[in-house]
This record gives sequence, C-alpha cells and structure tokens, in this order.
Amino acid sequence: MNIQTDAGPRGPSATASKSDLDSIVVRFAGDSGDGVQLLGSQFSQETALAGNSLATFPDYPAEIRAPTGTTYGVSAFQINFGSRPIKTAGDQPDVLVALNPAALIVNYKNLRKGGLVILDSGAFKEKDMKRAGFAVDPRLDGTLKEFRLLEIDISAQALEVAKPFGVSQKEALRTKNIWTLGLVSWMYDRELVSTTEYITRKFGGDDPVGMANIAALKAGHAYGETHELSGDVAPVSMPSVKSEPGTYRLVSGAESLAWGLAAGAQLASLEMVLASYPITPSSPILHILARLKQFGITTFQAEDEIAACCAAIGASYGGKLGVTASSGPGIALKIEAIGLAISTELPLVIVDTQRGGPSTGLPTKTEQSDLFIAVWGRNGDAPIPVIASRSPGDCFEVAIEAVRLATKYMTPVMLLSDGYIANAAEPWLIPSMADFKPFPVTFRTDPEGFHPFLRDPHTLARVWAKPGTPGLMHRIGGIEKDYNSGNISYDPSNHQKMTDTRTAKISNIANDIPEQDVALGETKGKLAVVGWGSTFGPINRAVANMREKGLDVSHIHIRHIWPLPRNLGQLLKSYEKVLVAEMNNGQMLTLLKSQYLVDAKGLLKVSGQPLKIEEVSSAIRSQLGAA
Amino acid sequence: MNVTVPPAKLTAKDFASDQEVRWCPGCGDYAILKAMHKSLADMGASPENTVFVSGIGCSSRFPYYMATYGFHTIHGRAPAVATGLKLARPELDVWVVTGDGDALSIGGNHLFHALRRNVDLNILLFNNEIYGLTKGQYSPTSRVGQRSPSTPMGSVDSPAEACTYALGCGARFIARGIDVQAKELDVLFKRAREHKGASFVEIIQNCIVYNDATFAAFTEKDVAADMQLHVKHGQPMLYGKERNKGLRLNPQTLSLDAVVIGQNGVTEKDILVHDEKNRVLAGMLAALRPPSFPEVLGVIYCNPAAESYEAAVAAQEKQAKAKGPGDLDKLMRGGNIWTVS
Ligand SMILES: Cc1ncc(C[n+]2csc(CCOP(=O)(O)OP(=O)(O)O)c2C)c(N)n1
Ligand code: SF4
Ligand SMILES: [Mg+2]
Repeated sequence: MNIQTDAGPRGPSATASKSDLDSIVVRFAGDSGDGVQLLGSQFSQETALAGNSLATFPDYPAEIRAPTGTTYGVSAFQINFGSRPIKTAGDQPDVLVALNPAALIVNYKNLRKGGLVILDSGAFKEKDMKRAGFAVDPRLDGTLKEFRLLEIDISAQALEVAKPFGVSQKEALRTKNIWTLGLVSWMYDRELVSTTEYITRKFGGDDPVGMANIAALKAGHAYGETHELSGDVAPVSMPSVKSEPGTYRLVSGAESLAWGLAAGAQLASLEMVLASYPITPSSPILHILARLKQFGITTFQAEDEIAACCAAIGASYGGKLGVTASSGPGIALKIEAIGLAISTELPLVIVDTQRGGPSTGLPTKTEQSDLFIAVWGRNGDAPIPVIASRSPGDCFEVAIEAVRLATKYMTPVMLLSDGYIANAAEPWLIPSMADFKPFPVTFRTDPEGFHPFLRDPHTLARVWAKPGTPGLMHRIGGIEKDYNSGNISYDPSNHQKMTDTRTAKISNIANDIPEQDVALGETKGKLAVVGWGSTFGPINRAVANMREKGLDVSHIHIRHIWPLPRNLGQLLKSYEKVLVAEMNNGQMLTLLKSQYLVDAKGLLKVSGQPLKIEEVSSAIRSQLGAA
Repeated sequence: MNVTVPPAKLTAKDFASDQEVRWCPGCGDYAILKAMHKSLADMGASPENTVFVSGIGCSSRFPYYMATYGFHTIHGRAPAVATGLKLARPELDVWVVTGDGDALSIGGNHLFHALRRNVDLNILLFNNEIYGLTKGQYSPTSRVGQRSPSTPMGSVDSPAEACTYALGCGARFIARGIDVQAKELDVLFKRAREHKGASFVEIIQNCIVYNDATFAAFTEKDVAADMQLHVKHGQPMLYGKERNKGLRLNPQTLSLDAVVIGQNGVTEKDILVHDEKNRVLAGMLAALRPPSFPEVLGVIYCNPAAESYEAAVAAQEKQAKAKGPGDLDKLMRGGNIWTVS
C-alpha cells in the first residue's frame, strides 16, 4: 500500500475542498469485463438503503467486450450521494476508482483537484500502461500530482481470497469488483446485507463462485478496517437525507417507465400490447414488460421497428392499448406508421429513449435531439402530443399521462425519455395505484347513427369501435375520410376540414394539461432558464446555487412539449431574458422562438454527456453579467 | 322461455359493402371480390368477426368493398398490422389482401416473418406481375424483359416466385388459384380459413390496363386444359384435355418431368400422386412454369403445426396468469425497499 498525499491538504475522504460533507461523487471505472456496472449499482443499492439521496450515471461503451485494456473498452459508473437532496450524478468525481490504466487515463482529468484516486496496482504492468497510452508510469511522473493516490493490488487480493473455493483463475480474478465494493462499502460505512443477498440469489448459497464473491466482499471490507486506512481515506459516515415519509426503492428510468405504462393501461381498463425491436438504450422496456404477462401485457419482438409500430397499431385497432418503444434510428423507421395512426385516429404510445444521433450516432450516450422528429417529423400536417420525463422516477407519471392522452384523444402520443434517464437510478417514493384517478375507456357498441369518425364534441376524439362488435362493421385507412361518414373522400374542402379538425383536437389538449409552473424561483424577473427532460437536475441545482448567490434567476421545466402549456408564452415574456438549456443544437430553442417570438438564447451541448451544474451556472452568470 | 331465433343465413350480398367499386372495368380483382363475398356466405362467416387488412395497391382497396371490418394500412405492412391485431384478438378471422409489389417488394420482410411465425392469418396475394396503382411499373414478379415505364428496354432482373418464396419462409399452407376460377377459389378460401396458422394463397390476377394477357399462356380457354394442373391430395397429378398428361419424378435429376401417358412407355402408374404434406414435392410443384410445364393450381402444400403463433403466446400468458393476476403495488414494492417515517 502506498498513499501519496501531495495534493491532499487534509482528510478525511475526498471532500477536502468542500466546506461540508453533505455529498460525495464516486466514479468507478474499469474494463468492460470488470463488472463495473454491477459494482456501481450494488453500491447505489447499499447507499439508498442507508438513507442517502443519490443519483447515478452508468456510462458504458457501445462495444460489448472491447479488447481488454483499451480506452474505448472503459466502462464507468458514477454516483453522487449525500445527506441533502441530490439532483445530478455530479459534475466532478471526488473519488475515482480505476481498475486498470485505461480507466485511469480516460477519467483522471475530470477528477476534482485534491480528489482521491484508488487504483488496482496489480493491473498496472508495463504493457497495460502502454496499451492505455501512458508512455511512462503515471504514478511516477507527476501525472497524478494534483490528486491523492491509494494503490492496492486488488487483483492479487481477490485471487488470494477466491483461491480456497477452488474456482478457476479467471473466475477468481473476476471477484475484484466485489472486493472493491467491499472496500468502498467500508469507506462509506455501508451495510453489506443487500449485496450478500444479491450474490446468494444470483449464484445460490453453495456455489463456489458465489462463495468466493461473498468472501471477496468481506475481504475488501476487512482490508479497509485492518490496514487502518486512516487520514486521507478514513471511513466517512454520511447522515441520511431528510425525505418525505413513505416507502422507497431505487428505480431506473426504464423500470419506472415500463411500470408506468402498465399502470396507465390498468387505469384505462385496457390490456396492452408492446411491440418493439431491440435497440440501445430502449430495450430494457421490452425486457421488463416481457415479464409482466400476468398484468394482461403481451410483448412482441417484431422483425423491425416498422413492424413493431404497425403491430402496435393493429393491437389498438383490436381494442387494446398499442405501445411501441425505440430510440432514434428506430423512431425514424416508425414515422410512416405513426402517420397511419394519426390518420385513422387510433391510440398509440411511442416511447423514444433518445440517444446521440444522427444515424447510429452514439448508441450508449445520451442526447435530446429527437425533439424535432417528435413534434414535426412526419409527412403531412400531422400533430401529436409530445411529453418528456425529467428523471427516472418521473417516467412513471409521464407514462400514465401518455396513456391518458392517447386513449382520451384517440391519438398517438410520443413520450421522450433518454439514455441517461433510462439507465440512471434514483431513490423513489413508491406510488400507490389508489392515488391515481382511473380513466377507463368506453368502446362504441351502439349501431344507432354510427360511423367510425363520429366525434366527441368536446375532445373531438373519434369513437373507438373494435372488430367483433355486431352492427359496427366499418373500414378505416390512411386515405382521407369524409367528415360525415368516414368513407374515402378526395373532396378539397373536406380535406381542409379534416386537417383542421385533427389539428384542433391536438391543440385543445392544452386545456387538459396543467399550466406551466416555475420549478424554482419567481414567475417573473431577469432570467428564466428553460429546460425539458433529463436536464432537470443540473439546471435546478445550478439555479439554486445562483439564487443563493443572490442572482435573479428562475427555472422552468417543460413536461408537455406539444401542445405547450397554455400560459407558457405569457410566462416566458415576464422575464427579461430566457436561456434554453438542452442537449441538442437548439431544438426546444427553435420551438419556443417559433411559437412565442421570444428572443431566447441557448446553452446547447451535444457531447453525449449530461449537462453539468457548472456549465449551467456559468451560462447564468454570463447572461446576468455577474462575475 | 328463451326463444333463440336462428340467425338468417347470410348471402353473398350481405358481405358486399355499400361503397362503389373503383377498379378498372375488366380488372381481375372484381372476380376475386365476388368469389370472396360468396365464399364467406357459404362458410357461414360472421361479418363482425371477420377483418380484412390490406396494404397499398389496387388489390389493397379490397377491404373497402367488404361489409366486414376492414383496415387499409400502409404499403407492405399489412402482415405486421394483422399480426398485432391477431395478438390482441386471437378469436377474429383475419384476412390479409396484398399485391405482388406490396407483399414481395416493400413488404417482403413482413410477409416472411408472418409466415415464419405462423400467425393464424389468411394471406391472399393478388399477383398481376405489375404495379397497378402506380401506373404500370414492373414488379418483383414481372418476368425478365417486361417493358414498363421504368424499364423501357425491358426488365433485366430475375423475378421472385411467390409460392416458392412462401415455402422458403416456412409457410405451412400454400395454394394457388386464378382470379376468374370462382369455384376453385372457393375451395382455396375455405381451406385457407380452416388452416390454423398462416395460410398463403397466390391468386393469378389479370391487370387489364397495364399487363393484359400476361398469363394468357395458361389462362386462355383453348390452352387452359393443357396448361393447368389442378392438384388434389391423394390423386395422381394428371392434366390435359384428355387427361393423359402428367408429372413423373425423374430419379436421376431429382426433378419433375412432364410426360404423356402412352408415349415413351409411360403408363398411368408412373404419374406421381399429390401429397400436400410433402414439402419437397411442394417446392418442385410451385416452381414449375409454363410453357415447359403446366401452371400448378390448388393446395400445393398443407402441413399444419401443432399451434399457431398467437395461440402459443396466449398459452404462455395463461400460464403466467395462473399464479394470480398482477398486482402493481406489490410489484413495485418487491426487492430492496426502505421506509422513511
Ligand atoms: C411507402 C410507399 N411507397 C410507395 C408507394 C406507392 N405505391 C402504391 S401501390 C404501389 C405498388 C403496388 O403494386 P402491387 O402491390 O403489385 O399492387 P397492385 O396495384 O398491382 O394491385 C406503390 C409503389 C406508397 N403508397 N407508399
Ligand atoms: S390498374 Fe390493373 S390492377 Fe389496377 S384496377 Fe386497373 S386493371 Fe386492376
Ligand atoms: Mg401488382
């Protein structure tokens, strides 16, 4: 063991330059095969159970198993936890756990000055360092001089512990993530119960690999204790956060979105058919719902996204709730079919878990650049409601809202999530189904005066008549329909009327959604920072920080992207300046300008990484001319 | 006392919608439509439990003219829409109407998967070897040399053979008929409907405007008997005005020879007997082409699987539900939770 303390002015832990110990950001990084995601999510689980607020950011490569030791094979997991409400996964890690040289070279530059680097010295052989791109040993040439360094031969420790269980060398070495988890758990005073249970569940109680992993977990923990890692890396106890009473769990965006869809279907008194084609980062929705058959949910892995969307439409036509889920390239393929659902006025929920684009883009990285395709990306005048979730837990409510709008207005609804939300986890106050007001659909059964495009005078939604209903046989399709009979019509004035009606139906939804609120700050003033989707955390924290410094800035976060909340235009005009912060090249910015003629400015970022608090803060300072 | 009045038997007319049929006068689609109206009535089908799903093309206008439920979808995607419908509502009688372009060009992938999965759909492919609706471009079934607006010097690419394609996709019911042969179509429609799983029926259809008489070599009255082989399970594959022509297996080349009884020592015993469960034979029959061979018509292949796709899906769902209905509150509280008071 070798602790370098050049840059560490004082202990304990990694919050040396912080005035208090109310939050810590830890980043685990290693090779794709090192089990870093498991390490991170188990640590998150332990942290959540300890009552801390937290946010996570799994940041993994597109390659499943890139060649070992390469920089592009580095997988990372960042967690920010604390005794105050945590809103982002943190701008800068305080602690970096690097399980190989590649993980170090990719991540050390973003570590806070004075932060702690824990590295597996067993993985720092000459050739490993070369492969990662270190010409000289970074531990010796001053590369890490701004940080504190804790070197442990984790590989050797793990091998040693696992040996007695008679597992192979390879399997023994693979316990190093769990050994590390044991160590970090000691550092932050975490209970090992949930991880022990997890390992037992996964391997069974008497499996040698399982036993080796449990031994590794305990050994890592014991290492911290017995080596009296003190001073710079002494254990830190993070007090639990004060939160609303209730039952909590950790939830990822994909989970809460899938459950929200199931909840929405239940509230609508409908069974559901999810048709999807695998694509990162959307696939978990398919995986989760495939296990919920007992909820009246059918899942269908289609041959492509076109078929998936079409099958969902077929299911809606049959009187169930059709849902389809995908990401950018798949959404592009669904467009023509979405037009069919618009024209035939059938309910459909389309979930777009956005990722970096265009084309294949950055499959595993996050972005918000599908706003245009969601709002405007179809042939013809083809409006649909578009809503976006702001956080993993928020996906639940947003999914229910998507189902409500789709069934009440007989329309496709686009639900925007993104790769960050889908993969990140946060503590979640588990909702109770009893708290949601049901919105059961009614199917048309009365043949008297029936035609398929009869409309509710209030919502303008057409009747939903499903095959199998006696006396209601009818034909629908993508050709324009006569307003008064639903039969094919090429009449010019009828097309005008139908286009206007479809548009009015969607615009009217503005009266059925909440007015835009202000997430933080005042309803007027010098500056409003406007965001949507997963940028909620960094914007909210930055605005809070700047307000503490006395700046006149407020945060507005938009859930209903189309139609926009009816008061939004007025609200925006009550600020001297408007700054739109988003992870694209100005899509919401353009939308707001076009709708309200506001002279908004953009804070635009498309690096595949979430917005940072500091990026938003400095944009606020510069907008307000503050130092 | 409950008096159940037996429903009046429906007639062909009851299956015709009130919409004016808009195909060109003389189009083969009219005959198919008429045959379908009558067949459904004969089968005792109920209009409210019958759905016609189509793509885009002249042929795909079919649902508008049926007094059943109908969904005119988008180009090539009818099998996908119908699959979703069938997953949602397995009890419905779902028919897919498609054209050679719709099914084999833009929709080739969906047709493949609907057949492979064995969704219980009755798929009718109206093959006119042309793109009718878009005014006569050559199609994936057009023969080499087809002149069309997009191939003024004749097409150069090899055509697809619909039944062979379906067989390769794993279809377990494959049949072929001709638009104007209502009696034969009637049999095919009934067999297709009875078959549990995907049924594929190719219907040779004359486009009088853009590809007239393209099938004349076997459909014209004077050649029909000699150029059409109507196969029936368990019966020798004989054809010709005098029913003295037939198919014989050539064991040397593992292929079929068209032979004449009484010539070159061929006797009735040499003629192959049709076995609709034989997939190898089905492959050989589907691929026979005039003028060297007769066009093979009738049920070429029928070999049902134990279960159709949506039935297997429903069985899994039933199994999952046997442990009790889902409880979301319980689901969300499963795993690691904690309570703040
Ligand atoms: C996405 C899309 N591409 C192209 C078309 C134009 N289109 C309509 S029908 C058709 C071909 C129809 O040919 P076929 O399926 O053989 O039907 P037929 O008209 O011959 O019955 C084409 C290319 C379309 N409607 N949609
Ligand atoms: S173009 Fe051909 S296929 Fe289309 S309606 Fe006319 S005749 Fe029939
Ligand atoms: Mg055609």
